[in-house]
Amino acid sequence: MTLPIIILLPLLAGTAATLLAQRRSFSAAAWAAALPTAASLALLTHQAPAILSGERLLQTWRWLPDHGLNFSFRLDGLGLMFGLLILGIGLLVILYARYYLSAQDRIGRFYALLMLFMTSMLGIVFSENALLLLMFWELTSLSSFLLIGFWTHSPLARQGARMAFAVTGGGGLALLAGMLIIGNIAGSFELSAWFTARETIRNHPQFNVALGLILLGAFTKSAQFPFHFWLPAAMAAPTPVSAYLHSATMVKAGVFLLARLYPLLGGNPVFEYVTTTVGLTTMVFGAYVAMFRHDLKGLLAYSTISHLGLIMFLLGLDTPISSLAAVFHVGNHATFKASLFMAAGIIDHECGTRDMRRLGGLWRQMPQTALLAIVAASAMAGVPLFNGFLSKEMFFAEALDLHDLLLLEDIAPVAVMLGAMFSVAYSVRFIHDVFFDEPHNLPHQPHKPPRYMKVPAEILAVVCIAVGVLPGYTVAPLVDTAARAVVGDALPDYRIALWHGFSLPLVMSAVALVGGTAIYWLLRHRYDLHLHVPVHYTGRLLFQHAYDGMIALAARFTNRLHNGSLQRSLTLVIATFLGLGAWPFLEHGLDVGEVMPSAPAPLGVVVWGAATAGALGAVWFHHTRVVALVLAGVVGLAASIAFAYFSAPDLSLTQLAIEVVTTLLMLMALALLPQSTPRESTRRRKARDGVLAVAAGAGVAVLSWAVLTRDQESIAWFFLENSLPRGGGHNVVNVLLVDFRGFDTFGEIIVLGIAAICTWMLLDGLWGEGQAERPNLVADRTIFTVAARVLLPFALLVALHMFLRGHDLPGGGFVAGLIAALALIMQYMGESLRRMLAHIRIDFWLLIGGGVVIAGLTGLASVVAGLSFLTSGTRHPVVPLLGEIPIVSAMGFDLGVFMAVLGSTLLILTSIGQVRRKTPMTGEDGQWNS
Amino acid sequence: MEFIMAVGIGIVTACAVYLLLRGRTFSMVLGLSMLSTAGNLFIFSMGRLRPGASPIVAAGAESYADPVPQALVLTAIVIGFGMTGFIMALAIRMRHQTGSDHVDGLEPMPERRPEHGP
Repeated sequence: MTLPIIILLPLLAGTAATLLAQRRSFSAAAWAAALPTAASLALLTHQAPAILSGERLLQTWRWLPDHGLNFSFRLDGLGLMFGLLILGIGLLVILYARYYLSAQDRIGRFYALLMLFMTSMLGIVFSENALLLLMFWELTSLSSFLLIGFWTHSPLARQGARMAFAVTGGGGLALLAGMLIIGNIAGSFELSAWFTARETIRNHPQFNVALGLILLGAFTKSAQFPFHFWLPAAMAAPTPVSAYLHSATMVKAGVFLLARLYPLLGGNPVFEYVTTTVGLTTMVFGAYVAMFRHDLKGLLAYSTISHLGLIMFLLGLDTPISSLAAVFHVGNHATFKASLFMAAGIIDHECGTRDMRRLGGLWRQMPQTALLAIVAASAMAGVPLFNGFLSKEMFFAEALDLHDLLLLEDIAPVAVMLGAMFSVAYSVRFIHDVFFDEPHNLPHQPHKPPRYMKVPAEILAVVCIAVGVLPGYTVAPLVDTAARAVVGDALPDYRIALWHGFSLPLVMSAVALVGGTAIYWLLRHRYDLHLHVPVHYTGRLLFQHAYDGMIALAARFTNRLHNGSLQRSLTLVIATFLGLGAWPFLEHGLDVGEVMPSAPAPLGVVVWGAATAGALGAVWFHHTRVVALVLAGVVGLAASIAFAYFSAPDLSLTQLAIEVVTTLLMLMALALLPQSTPRESTRRRKARDGVLAVAAGAGVAVLSWAVLTRDQESIAWFFLENSLPRGGGHNVVNVLLVDFRGFDTFGEIIVLGIAAICTWMLLDGLWGEGQAERPNLVADRTIFTVAARVLLPFALLVALHMFLRGHDLPGGGFVAGLIAALALIMQYMGESLRRMLAHIRIDFWLLIGGGVVIAGLTGLASVVAGLSFLTSGTRHPVVPLLGEIPIVSAMGFDLGVFMAVLGSTLLILTSIGQVRRKTPMTGEDGQWNS
Repeated sequence: MEFIMAVGIGIVTACAVYLLLRGRTFSMVLGLSMLSTAGNLFIFSMGRLRPGASPIVAAGAESYADPVPQALVLTAIVIGFGMTGFIMALAIRMRHQTGSDHVDGLEPMPERRPEHGP
């Protein structure tokens, strides 16, 4: 369980704790975030000796094995190094942020998001399953989005967050596609399985497509040219986030991915060419642009881009030592860059600006900050005795020793030299402009930074020196195991050391230092760097254009489809469905089956005539609403007769009851609406709707005919055979409803209940004190009222009868509920609804909720008995005088159905029935009072 | 029998679609309710038309109608009522709120009437 605990501890313990602790104080919140992180770090360190001695930890739990998704984790040297970076720097960032954030910021939310990020990043580096890795990958994009946009009031922050999310999220999609292709080839998503099937995967024709997609994912995440532009925009985030996500950890995820997949990708020429070219371009480009940034964080962002390019280049070189150098530089860059970001944050915090044109002379006010910035910047520039020097020298050596890279072999040494000089130049600028130059109208006199705000940066600076001076005693074993996890045991003899004797790389380092300082001097004194106006680079501009364009396109598209007219939308929907429905038939033709249809029975023809006349009449007379309603009712009644004739007695009863209830509902509604429909459709619209209607009708008719003339293959035999022995009922339809498909019915009564409650809510507030309206159906109500009262007990008895016999004969909870509802609502037809409600005193809500609960409990009872949900048990006890009575546990379920249907029907009808008639606000028509 | 059933479902569907496309809520709800009936009949007829063969297990019965579409349609009928009630409530509420029973909540302007003119 170790690995999942290490991963989840920050999220599960940290998030909850910080949100609770933030009410006490900032420090409490910081402790709440730091303790779980420290615990994770301790657990990971505990594993370290075993990993360093060459072991590998694999832990797997099955999740969705059919889809290749498992909770499987791996801890090896690479994961260990990244894990230590994530948790170690994470701890320092937690401390730093406690002093960085101001009282207005919601620190609990900040830490909670930081914890989410920590968990997702740890998930990436410890995942053994590719799909799991992807899930964590997307989570890092998401948490990065939320953290960049932490200051939600700032438009720049929102824009930066969107941009970062669009680019890295888009890359994540590409990565997903690439991973799916490889998983498909390998037949598994476990990374070890991929490495075992290495040759099969690499020889597959789709491999290069997958490779391209994976590289796209890695390049976007690690801000490689031309996708780099999101990283400078992400600098709108609070500085702890920039230090942590956007220099030390998250942007390294792309590098990590390629290192992790190295056993699969390494040695592939496409991988080598693309990665080295992109890496080298990014390295030189980032370093060049960084020199011209006036904003401290902007400079650091482009410098980060440049260093990420350097690491990519090393990985792409594809030799064991270059991979080692890449892994080494990941760690070095994380330490010095995080510390520089923290220094930039301190300067911003104390001076109120990050603009190097205004800053200057801070050496005097904050000597300690200056010192640690100088240490970190020296590491960044590659000055000897600092950690950056070691990995940079390995980088020089590798760049001089290229093979089989065509043109790049000649370009690379020059480009590397240029990049290194630019890198020195911007490092010198950072130090000189901030600490030694003259200040220009600073917003205010610099304060002294709080003591503990400097501690994290100091710790990192100490690490820079310790690694730089004594590499063999500090990081060498860690880097070695990490590199072995990447390249396997092919690592030749090597030595990470300060002094290698006089060699070409050493000369290059010296040239870079001298040349870089010279470049800075020239820029400052010959070009007047401070007057340089940064231009917007193409990537960002293109992105903005594409983004705006897509939004405009979507808006145009939406407006065309949906301009606020429901009729127009419905027309489009129906036309689309017609087109889609007709398509296969247009393509493949239409065969009608060979079964001989039966001759129409005389009764059938009569009912058919009534139904079609009713439907056509409803259309013809639809301007006079009552008439249309009555005619439409004929269609429902005809359907009920059709069900009865074609052996569906349950359907027939239900349809009949529903038809009556629906007609009542519509009549009540009609009392609240105009009685007639104005003739406002144009001839053109009528023609168009007519064509659509005829086409839809013809389509359905042809489809029915095509089915009805074919032989039927049904699964009906199963239910017919098992209904009695396993469901304990003769009425197969009822057994289907309460037993075989009980879960479905359970869902349906819930939906019905929701519809009823929504109806009530929609009309909430429309029930006034005045006279409630009711359809004026009965001229003299006395007889009707008396009749309805007399009928009530009999009607309820019929409902009970229907309910009890339902399992064996037509009936059941649905029909019984509807009949009972009708019996009760009939009382209302005679007298006022208010009086009726006072009489019957039923809580409809309780009926609906109680019904659902009873149905659910019946289902759960079978679970308790060890059967699956909603399995029924049967008993047929013989009672004297009454004979054999079927008692089925499903009857409890049917009772739930009965209650829910009764409650819902009554709630819907009474909600509409109670609406008080109201004079229309606009008073535009005289039809309101009819 | 099959023929008139197919044609009947077609005619009811056509009338329902035409009503559905009208501009006033009442006609639209009427059309919707009619469309449910047509849909239910259509699904029911997927189990074929068999008179005198109710799916109620009995000793002497030779054949049964298909109970599966029947069970599906039974719940659909009841849910259809719930939907009609909900949309009717929506229409009443809208009429109350906007003073119009047009489906868009606005009385069409006289000059807007030829809505999709050239």
